[in-house]
Amino acid sequence: MDFIAVIRDGFLAMIGPVTAAYAVSAVSLNLQFGYTGLLNFGQVAFMMVGAYGTAITVEAGGSLWLGIPVGILTAVLLGLLLGLPTLRLRADYLAITTIALAEALRLIVRSSWAEPLTNGVFGIQGFADAFFDLNPFPGGAVYGVGTWTVTGRSLWMMIVSWTVVLLVVLLIRRLIKSPWGRVMRAIREDEDAARSLGKNVFGYKLQSLMIGGAIGAVSGILLAIEQQNVTPDAYLPRLTFILYVIVILGGAGTILGPVIGALVFQFVFFGFDSLMASAQANIDWVGDILSPAEAGQVKLILVGVGLMLLMIFRPQGMMGDLNESLIDDH
Amino acid sequence: MALALLAVPAMALADGEAIGGTLIATTDDERVPVEGVLISVEQDGTLVGDSTSDAEGKWLVPVPGAGTYTVRLDVSTLPDGVGLTNADSDVLEDIVVQEGRQRTVLFPLGEGSTTSPPPYQRFGSLLFAGLKLGAVIALSAVGLSLIYAVTGLVNFAHGEMVTLGAVLTYFFSTSVAGPGWSLFIAGAAAVALGAGFGWVQDRGLWRPLRKRRMGLVAMMVVSIGLSFALRYLILVMFGGTRKLYDEFTGQTPIDFFGIPVVPKNLITIVVGVVVLALVGLFLQRTRIGTALRAVSDNPDLSESSGIDVDKVVTLTWVMAGGLAALGGLFFGLTEAVQWDMGFRLLLLIFAAVVLGGLGTAYGAMLGAFVVGIAVEMSTLIFPSELKSAVGLIVLIIMLLVRPQGLLGTRERIG
Repeated sequence: MDFIAVIRDGFLAMIGPVTAAYAVSAVSLNLQFGYTGLLNFGQVAFMMVGAYGTAITVEAGGSLWLGIPVGILTAVLLGLLLGLPTLRLRADYLAITTIALAEALRLIVRSSWAEPLTNGVFGIQGFADAFFDLNPFPGGAVYGVGTWTVTGRSLWMMIVSWTVVLLVVLLIRRLIKSPWGRVMRAIREDEDAARSLGKNVFGYKLQSLMIGGAIGAVSGILLAIEQQNVTPDAYLPRLTFILYVIVILGGAGTILGPVIGALVFQFVFFGFDSLMASAQANIDWVGDILSPAEAGQVKLILVGVGLMLLMIFRPQGMMGDLNESLIDDH
Repeated sequence: MALALLAVPAMALADGEAIGGTLIATTDDERVPVEGVLISVEQDGTLVGDSTSDAEGKWLVPVPGAGTYTVRLDVSTLPDGVGLTNADSDVLEDIVVQEGRQRTVLFPLGEGSTTSPPPYQRFGSLLFAGLKLGAVIALSAVGLSLIYAVTGLVNFAHGEMVTLGAVLTYFFSTSVAGPGWSLFIAGAAAVALGAGFGWVQDRGLWRPLRKRRMGLVAMMVVSIGLSFALRYLILVMFGGTRKLYDEFTGQTPIDFFGIPVVPKNLITIVVGVVVLALVGLFLQRTRIGTALRAVSDNPDLSESSGIDVDKVVTLTWVMAGGLAALGGLFFGLTEAVQWDMGFRLLLLIFAAVVLGGLGTAYGAMLGAFVVGIAVEMSTLIFPSELKSAVGLIVLIIMLLVRPQGLLGTRERIG
């Protein structure tokens, strides 16, 4: 058993661009769930719309730099369309509607009906060359010490995506510390009280959904660029739930919670992979009980159990404050 | 190097996995290629691609990867005078494509009398399919709605209770590791265990959480965690492939007023309606049913008028568990047993429950049949891969027009 390798694999996944993209998405979910109290279970739809908006624009002959704003604006529009009918309803209705809409959108994107635009189940590949053309690091070179290395391509992607994380966190910090942010938290704590102070609760919720949607789209675009690939089956409801695990793990309603949640989650998630692979290679009975594919499934069982335990025993997460949490009221 | 790796999927597509074949009609001694016939390939009910046969009768549909697919020949595109030699074989299920291979599929064609079915027959078949799906959704949805009514919890793990019913039935009846009981006994055992699981869930998890005064949003998140854990636990135990019970497979359709109906679908509808009627009678006519309705109206008032609310809630969980398992048993019987079947159904269950009015038992039943029929009937207009999407869009339209649902009251949506 090579525990150093386990830690290395977890660490390299943790600092990778996928973690940064998850962190961005978790920050946006936190704005909606942690600060405004909106149960958006369709986060994955905003990511999908952002990624597809970008990819389709490039496919249609536009540049990537046009595609990115198109993707973000499409997600803002989705937030508006989704919010209008549902934000007046209670939290659980919003949860049901958003998950249903996200899945319906995915089915439509996947269908032969939308194929001229989305290329159906096969998706769209290779639309982000313009981004990698700017890469100052030679793609083939590796950077790092010993076996703790990343490729030049990853390094470029990491620098850009963690810069985006920083910018998004600063933006949210600014927003939350402003009068606007105080109204958001007031809505989370007591909608009627906020309304009785003359605040347009519906309007504020809609803004939260649209701003969060835009940030969610940014995260979807980062993931799509990193993979140079968009396919509908990457946007299953599962991803939304994993993002909730990340937000709650880090601490809903805190500025840095979602980022820390993403770092810890990815470290544990990929460290576990490496641990299981190592155990299967070195310990006979582990290999007898579980195949590698089953080990991956066991990991997802543990994610579910972890979410339950977290929610029951530490709903404020690692960074949170119980008084600042939507979770503990009622 | 990473770029080279990323280019692989596109290349694999060019000469990778595909399903294809040649359509030749054998009439008397002649063999004639059949042109212009539409063939579609689906996976898990979603269209992967389609192809129209060329002048030589050849068709080819590229597929995204190795896996199990369903191939469908659109009978209405067959030229006049040509039909399938075996009228039932327009859909070939469980076609396995191996990594990097092309799979050839045959549709034996001949001098067919089977042209496309008359419109009323197609309409009738879809109506039946809709009623069947509605019955499955209704059995599963009533429990979800009742749990919501008495506790306020939207249980995201309800889909897994449905899957459990099907998987347990499969284990007892068909699995080589199981006892090999007949489907009736296996189904009864599965429903009993499903009800037992409802009891265990309430006593072991939800009641302690209620005692801790946990918020409803937090409980909903716990149910998401439970759903995740159960779903992947079932995947590890049961495996990822679609499986069928060993009884009642490949039934030949019987004639029902000119509409071909598979007997097991008819049984599903009849049993579904009878069980739902019994649930209605239970709610209306028995003391405990009345108590359940009282708790759903106002738990505090019920408690103070001497109703044991905890007992009522546990009973609701037991009922919901049993009904969901029954729904799953029939879902597995009429489609196939698969680890994520319940989660896929969950969204349609949500649609049904919201459509009828969250928290109302009769609303859930009505909503289920509306959703079931709408989903199946939509294939008259939309491609069949959009079936589920149609169900979900019905839900969103309903929220726009009448958010409290068909049978709900205004106050519920707050």
